[in-house]
Amino acid sequence: MTGADTSPMLTLQGVSKSFGDKRVLADVNLSVAAGETVSIIGPSGSGKTTLLRTINHLHPPTTGQVILSGQTIGYVNGPNGQLRPASERELARQRQAIGFVFQRFNLFPHLTALQNVSIGLTKVAGMSRAAAHERAAAELRKVFLADHMSKRPQELSGGQQQRVAIARALALDPLIILFDEPTSALDPELVREVLDVIRALAADRKTLMIVTHEMRFAQEVAHRVIFMDEGVIVEQGPPAALFGDPREPRTRKFLSHFNVAR
Amino acid sequence: MIDWAIVEMAIPLLARGTLVTLQVAAISGVLSLLLGFLLGLCALSRSRMLRAVVGAYVDFIRGTPLLIQIFLVFFALPVVGIRLSEIWAGIAALSFNTSAYVAETVRGGAGSVEHGQTEAAKAIGMTHAQTLVYILLPQALRPMVPPLTNELITMTKNTSLLSVISVYELTRAGQAIISVYFVPFEIYLLLALYYYAIIKTLSWASRRLENRMPRL
Repeated sequence: MTGADTSPMLTLQGVSKSFGDKRVLADVNLSVAAGETVSIIGPSGSGKTTLLRTINHLHPPTTGQVILSGQTIGYVNGPNGQLRPASERELARQRQAIGFVFQRFNLFPHLTALQNVSIGLTKVAGMSRAAAHERAAAELRKVFLADHMSKRPQELSGGQQQRVAIARALALDPLIILFDEPTSALDPELVREVLDVIRALAADRKTLMIVTHEMRFAQEVAHRVIFMDEGVIVEQGPPAALFGDPREPRTRKFLSHFNVAR
Repeated sequence: MIDWAIVEMAIPLLARGTLVTLQVAAISGVLSLLLGFLLGLCALSRSRMLRAVVGAYVDFIRGTPLLIQIFLVFFALPVVGIRLSEIWAGIAALSFNTSAYVAETVRGGAGSVEHGQTEAAKAIGMTHAQTLVYILLPQALRPMVPPLTNELITMTKNTSLLSVISVYELTRAGQAIISVYFVPFEIYLLLALYYYAIIKTLSWASRRLENRMPRL
């Protein structure tokens, strides 16, 4: 694996998720190393987004465990060393360590770009207003939005909004950042500025999981590409192998829909 | 036809009643907004018990006539040792009544904010209560202004019902004149105009407020 550390940052053990009778994820096992960038591809409805959402318990897994840096998400150690379900507050605390970037940005429309980034710092991390603003401004500069801090989301382009959303996730110093199709809702000419920011994060050795339909991007940014279909991981490997020489017929069939440069 | 001399005489006589009506409406308005927001937050809380209590309260208020509620507060409270003057009993009854509708508006308003907002708040580690207070309610405020205005208008008109427990508000003041001079048509017409002017002012102020709030 391309230069990833040895200790797994994130481990998924037998994660399944059903909505009513519909099984969306079936026994997914996966580990992600610290500093690793993992792309997840697959046809729509294959469970990619649900997989990301089970990680931060926006959709708690029906069975199985998500372990981030030794902590089982949604559970805490009870007095006798056994796991017990986390309280709402405890789960909220665990979620701070998991950055999440949504397909449709989900910025808070009543707040400025700066406030969108700082609100988590003040209300959740308990930072002082001044310190939070300073930190939020620094994060916004990193995503090249220094000139737009006092604008509200509706005054920003889609690409700018998504970069604010990335800054919002970064501000809380997460151990891992999950991207749910971060460019799918963008006009084509705005895709690049967002991908560039994500690329910089990958180069900075942040731990990233990216669900994407941008095949070329998945190929060049990721250390490892995972192909999912019908709720299972069909195949995974280094991008060169998965895109260049897929083993599974389902992977080949899916990739044949794209003009991926070999 | 209209006896203009009576009208001329009644206008100053109705001034005190108008003042009482405005006072009752203002105090009840503030109290019902405060209580209503509190109840609305309870209705949105994670506690099943709180939600059930608020649900039962709203159900009771909606399911019974305001007139009966006024009598209940006026005659039933003394039985449990709470003695209120007519005017404060009336204010209490109006506030209890209106707060139920305000609570429903708050619940509906915060509940109708797009679900992605709740998810984004959760994703940065906010609790349910924090999400409600910092993310959902602020976005719901502007859309809540028109329905809340309707509730305050209804409440203001309902102050006339307090005449039945001898609160000397506008309607009662008019009835006092009628009982002496027996000129019901002139006086009720005048009362209608008074209420109309009050309500118009209220809805004008509400539209101004709405326009000044940022559109999200």
